[in-house]
Amino acid sequence: METLRFRHATTRPLPGTRPSAITGVVASGNLEVLLERNLPPDACHVEIDTAINGYAEVWAAVVADFVARRQPGGLTITINDGGARPDTVSLRLAQGARLMELP
Amino acid sequence: MDWKPVALSASPLAQSWYEASARARLAGLLDTDTFEEFIGPEQRMMSPHLPLFALPRAFDDGMIVGRGRLDGRDVLAAAQEGRFMGGAFGEIHGAKLVGLLRAALAVKPAAVLILFDTGGVRLQEANAGETAIAEIMRAITQVRAAGIPVIGLIGGRAGCYGGGGLIAGTCVRLVISEGGRLSVSGPEVIETNKGAEEFDSRDRALVWRTMGGKHRRLLGAADAFADDTIGAFRAAASAAIPAAPAFDLETLEAEQARLAARIARFGDARDATEIWSRLGVNDPDAVPGLTTEGFDALLDSLPEGSHDAR
Amino acid sequence: MMDWRQERTAREARLERARRCADGKVVPAARVVDLLEAILQPGDRVCLEGDNQKQADCLARGLSACDPARVHDLHMVQSGIVLPEHLDIFEQGIAKRLDYSYSGPQGGRIARMLYGGQIELGAVHTYLELFARYFIDLTPNVALIAGVSADRDGNLYTGPNTEDTPTVVEATAFKNGVVVAQVNAIVDRVPRVDIPGDRVDFVVEADKPFYVEPLFTRDPGAVTETQILMAMMAIKGIYAEYGIRRLNHGIGFGTAAIELLLPTYAERLGLKGRIATHWALNPHPSLIPAIESGWVKQIHCFGSEVGMDKYIRARPDVFFTGSDGSLRSNRAFCQTAGLYACDLFIGSTLQIDLQGHSSTVTTNRVAGFGGAPNMGSDPHGRRHPSDTWMKAGQEAGGTGDPALRRGRKLVVQLVETFGDKLVPAFVERLDALELAKKLDLELAPVMVYADDVTHIVTEEGIANLLLCRTLDEREQAIRGVAGYTDVGRGRDHAEVERLRARGIIRRPEDLGIEPLDADRSLLAARSIKDLVHWSGGLYEPPAKFRNW
Repeated sequence: METLRFRHATTRPLPGTRPSAITGVVASGNLEVLLERNLPPDACHVEIDTAINGYAEVWAAVVADFVARRQPGGLTITINDGGARPDTVSLRLAQGARLMELP
Repeated sequence: MDWKPVALSASPLAQSWYEASARARLAGLLDTDTFEEFIGPEQRMMSPHLPLFALPRAFDDGMIVGRGRLDGRDVLAAAQEGRFMGGAFGEIHGAKLVGLLRAALAVKPAAVLILFDTGGVRLQEANAGETAIAEIMRAITQVRAAGIPVIGLIGGRAGCYGGGGLIAGTCVRLVISEGGRLSVSGPEVIETNKGAEEFDSRDRALVWRTMGGKHRRLLGAADAFADDTIGAFRAAASAAIPAAPAFDLETLEAEQARLAARIARFGDARDATEIWSRLGVNDPDAVPGLTTEGFDALLDSLPEGSHDAR
Repeated sequence: MMDWRQERTAREARLERARRCADGKVVPAARVVDLLEAILQPGDRVCLEGDNQKQADCLARGLSACDPARVHDLHMVQSGIVLPEHLDIFEQGIAKRLDYSYSGPQGGRIARMLYGGQIELGAVHTYLELFARYFIDLTPNVALIAGVSADRDGNLYTGPNTEDTPTVVEATAFKNGVVVAQVNAIVDRVPRVDIPGDRVDFVVEADKPFYVEPLFTRDPGAVTETQILMAMMAIKGIYAEYGIRRLNHGIGFGTAAIELLLPTYAERLGLKGRIATHWALNPHPSLIPAIESGWVKQIHCFGSEVGMDKYIRARPDVFFTGSDGSLRSNRAFCQTAGLYACDLFIGSTLQIDLQGHSSTVTTNRVAGFGGAPNMGSDPHGRRHPSDTWMKAGQEAGGTGDPALRRGRKLVVQLVETFGDKLVPAFVERLDALELAKKLDLELAPVMVYADDVTHIVTEEGIANLLLCRTLDEREQAIRGVAGYTDVGRGRDHAEVERLRARGIIRRPEDLGIEPLDADRSLLAARSIKDLVHWSGGLYEPPAKFRNW
């Protein structure tokens, strides 16, 4: 197991008012993403518990791209990872951000 | 807090129960926006054992419990997430269900619904899991004795196996779909202990014919057969609440007599199709291929009728 | 005096020797070895019908039981190396030289045998190439083929899996060769005549029905959300954009996902009738929901698929069927159709390099080509226009009079950036080059060459290579959709953003694709059982795909 933490500054808050959302499930090749709106609008924190060690660099890149594309200001994102491929992680993050934007 | 599942197809009721997540099942099963979760994922009540085995945890430990309404009736509901650790019972997972059942004694809902999706007990926390199974069965009998029906719904990927199968046996009504499987020992366990000649776990048709929803319904182990949609499970669960018999000596004796008659009548059968044939099914080999409408028609045509008791 | 009839005389001699094994044309299975030893001569060119699906397995067993002292040094010319016997005969010395197309299941063993020098390799072909050479310089002396039934005159019913048979027989029978067919049954009257009896010299009643592999069945239960996302991108960003009506799909879960999204996602986009109407395709079970929803006008097939026979019989407006009602497939014609009459090929691959060359070869397997390189190539002999073809041609650019510019076929690679076990699909250098070096091959086994690929679709986006004007742009376009592979992470971020601004790279958000739609509930069928229901019970999946 490995725990990774990333702190990013964002230029704007993620739209919407939903306080939290959860998507995905912890299973082989899958992950769950819990999003909570509890930070200042210019900050996004991501914490990952992953079953597979040694991919910190890839996680950093996936998270940085997500933050750059979506600007998820105000969110704490916590991930339980069952060994998902980067594409699955990106998709879950995109889905989580969309859930937080829904009315 | 408002925990919405991922928005799926236009109508949540049309979604496949087998495919849906535990959260999506609950959201669609209960009246719209009425589900209120206890100990939600934000509380991060996770397994204390899994990190010792370098295994990832889930925020809800694969068990989602809460209250909501079903056709306007207040109910308590618990759903297992079959994709996390095969829906297996661990300490937190089990404790959440025990707590829900004990709460039922206090809040007196119209029913408690258990959405099974489990392979049994989690090996990594087996003692806690086994204890939980026993506590759950005891709690269910207490809830039923208080006049509250406990209804099991089975149609998930993991089926309902091991301790889950035992718990299902204590429910007053069981709803099952074709994809649902109900048993105590799983196919692989039987093969490992008795050999592939006895039970070939890779023969998927054999597995479903022996443990699947159609067989369980024909045999009277389940009381209702539902299409694999959230809407069908919702309708069947709602219909099961008023149909539940009282939990008294008379019911238990009738149940004992029913089970004794069943083993006497079918105990020597070598294959599920033999049982179906003895039940009066003209073309047993056609049963697995029947659509839900076809299977419902078959059930109506059989002399047995329903298998009451429990 | 020149003898112009030497081949004919030799044929008569072979037939004369073989007649003692036969009652008329009919030979019992027990006498197959005698028959083959009587017909075959050392050094013969032999086609032992091994197709993509159907296998002349009884004759293959017979050939490998022949005495290598009598039958040896054969030159095998067949499209598929599929059964163990196809390679056993090289170990036994019965066969020596090989020209073939596809060796899926035997890819590992064939590589070892090539490396060990047990096989003298002519070339690895595409189907059409090998078929073409049957008529020029690889004409078989003897063809050993498979059919469902025959009458005593040799009239042959191939059943739905006609596949390569007409081509093989054409080349052999009309050039003084001998044709032996194995059939499951000898009947008084065949349901239809696929091969006329005067082209078949002997008919063997096989000990068991010929083997067919269900190669084109993809269980919808295994389609992932990433594949659904990619399928949405392909539909919206390519099918809709170019109005693709005439097409071929490779096998794979990505293309199965597209097929399963036609009646749902594509229907929602209002694309029915505007895309995916005419197909060169095996009868994929995953296309059933689209057919049943009225999307598909017609399908011509290379071969059939196990379990689809009854369904096909009930849909003669869609499929090519014979007077008996069953499917008539034909690999040579369907390959030609895919090459010249389709505007798009979309398929998957294992490796793509920085230029866009792709290969399914790994260092230890020679899987061959099959048909993908024909489908996945721009036919320079094409002369008829279509909107799709012309639009792609315009995007590819060029100078001079527009009326002198040719169109382009769309060749799309649909790949997830990481495959099984996190193996990257994007690489700096193809394993095929390593293999070519190791086996001393003149040509590296490339499935689709870079200059034929027009688009690459990954979960990260679509790269339109037609619009790239320099090699550097092309490389960055490929890196720009290569995700978190080393190739993808080696991108020039600023250049990739410039390519995105020009529409060369398009992300799901650029295409207006909702990530929440990437869900299995979007599939028209989520299980094999769903497909059976869609077919009204006509599709009969093989046991390994059933769980009921």
